[in-house]
Amino acid sequence: MNAHAPILPILIPFAAALLQMAFARRRCQRSVGLLATALLIVATTWLTRLADDGQLRVYALGDWPAPFGIVLVVDRLAAAMTLLTAVLGFLTLLYASAGFDERGKHFHPLFQFQLVGLLGAFLTGDLFNLFVFFEVMLLASYTLLAHGGGLARTRAGITYVVLNLIGSAIFLIALGLLYGTLGTLNLADLANRLTLPGHDQALARLAFALLIAVFALKAGLLPLSFWLPHTYSAAGAPVAALFVIMTKVGIVAILRVQAIALAPAMPDLLDNWLTTLALATVVLAALGTLAAGRLRALAAWLVLLSAGTLLLAPAQASAQVSAAAIYYLVQSTLAGAAFFLLAGIITAQRGSTADHFTVGPPATAPWLQVAFLTAAITAAGLPPFSGFIGKLMLLMTLREVAAGPVIWAVLLSCGFLVMIALARNGCYLLWKNQTSSRPAPAAVAWQKVTATLLLVAAGPLLAVLAGPLSDYAKRAATQLHAPGAYVAGVLGTAAAKSHAEAPR
Amino acid sequence: MDALLAIAVGVLTACGVFLILRARTFPVLLGLTLLSYAVNLFLFASGRLRVDAPPLIRAGASALTNYTDPLPQALVLTAIVIGFGMTAYLAMLALRSLSESGSDHVDTDQQP
Repeated sequence: MNAHAPILPILIPFAAALLQMAFARRRCQRSVGLLATALLIVATTWLTRLADDGQLRVYALGDWPAPFGIVLVVDRLAAAMTLLTAVLGFLTLLYASAGFDERGKHFHPLFQFQLVGLLGAFLTGDLFNLFVFFEVMLLASYTLLAHGGGLARTRAGITYVVLNLIGSAIFLIALGLLYGTLGTLNLADLANRLTLPGHDQALARLAFALLIAVFALKAGLLPLSFWLPHTYSAAGAPVAALFVIMTKVGIVAILRVQAIALAPAMPDLLDNWLTTLALATVVLAALGTLAAGRLRALAAWLVLLSAGTLLLAPAQASAQVSAAAIYYLVQSTLAGAAFFLLAGIITAQRGSTADHFTVGPPATAPWLQVAFLTAAITAAGLPPFSGFIGKLMLLMTLREVAAGPVIWAVLLSCGFLVMIALARNGCYLLWKNQTSSRPAPAAVAWQKVTATLLLVAAGPLLAVLAGPLSDYAKRAATQLHAPGAYVAGVLGTAAAKSHAEAPR
Repeated sequence: MDALLAIAVGVLTACGVFLILRARTFPVLLGLTLLSYAVNLFLFASGRLRVDAPPLIRAGASALTNYTDPLPQALVLTAIVIGFGMTAYLAMLALRSLSESGSDHVDTDQQP
């Protein structure tokens, strides 16, 4: 059974989606979906515990050995990302089953397919398979984005689909170049062949640059990030909360490709430009939070802010920075998702003013005010919650690098801007009110309350557990930055040697 | 053969990019289709072009002489299927946008 653990996170949502299409009644679909995502949490927790022994688990699909077949590769980072996806999936699905899923057709199977794509993208060790899982994820996300209807969603959908189709075309060009120059698409085999002479280095370099550009489009790096706030703020609350992890797929992909393939062979590919662009993304996102006119737009800019902060990590190519980035990634994902769910509840509470930052009926429920305060403190990176710890860890590790002072100045001043934006807009949503037009606030469904409070509680909880979590992140980062062990683990020590003939 | 394919890929890409930069959804859709043709041809060529060489190893063959790489063909098939599905979805989305807003402009704020 242990041998088949790596495929379980993909099979569970896949089976759930098929079952949901067979039993089309909403109640059946809901229970199957919730049960499957709960099972997914159990399976991925187990996988994370298994992966923590430091061994690389390679699962050859169809038992075709790498590099001829497709392999799933589970290391600590991949296992932790599947666990994070499962937790986020369960909570957003719980929120959606309070009524959001009734606003259109086929919500539940598409949600599960989105999970299949996300989990597969984290697990696969083959670049073409990564492309396929990206497309599974994107196809489901196109339809989920339009779920609920409305012109704004259709409009945002067109931009999003066109951009991602162009991204897919560039991804395929990069894959064609890689296969043409190196003769393989398995990441470990690519890393192995890159270190050998006999291939066209300029073409391989171009291919990797294109690949990084595609991942940067998904992650939201500055010149490619203008679609993100527009799209995320148009999506429904639970869908936007799930989308938060999609930017993280791009970031993890850049981290992995950099650590395994680029660091040994062309370590200078990300130098000079990535840190600058990431800092520019952070500045733009911080200004965006100030300019946002409604809470969901503010939440979308916060996602972009965390993406920019995280993209500082790959260019440094250091295990310490990556360890801090992994902790920051986990906490920022949960905090970002919490904001989208809060925006959904506040929209429902405030009637026609929705979540716009204008004077209107306040969201009065006391738990909502405490939850907003906690989420805001986490997102702004103020002590004592996990946002502060994550940012502190990143800043401490980034102190050593050449661009350290600039990074410190930008991150700290942008954190200040975010704090101003959150404080000002929180007052509008929760305090400034028109007493004359105060309607009795509608009761909030228990699913929504539970899901939102659990996501908000992740802020304090991840701060309490920061010790063990950052230790795990350190071990994960050490394993990530050992490309030799990755190549030997996937190809086998003997295969790595016998494969050492010159590529075509 | 190589030059012909390279010219075809180049012309398709140029036309595709030109159409994608139009401001209405239908030309953009056509542009994406042309771009995906170009990409598929390019992927196909990544296994090297050989005439009269099947992707098969015949029984009793001692050496791989008259043989072409089958993997790019499998990749192209996957890419065609995915690209076709995506384009079909975009067409539906564009039609929905047209019927909801009465305009096929890709930019939200501008009227044609």
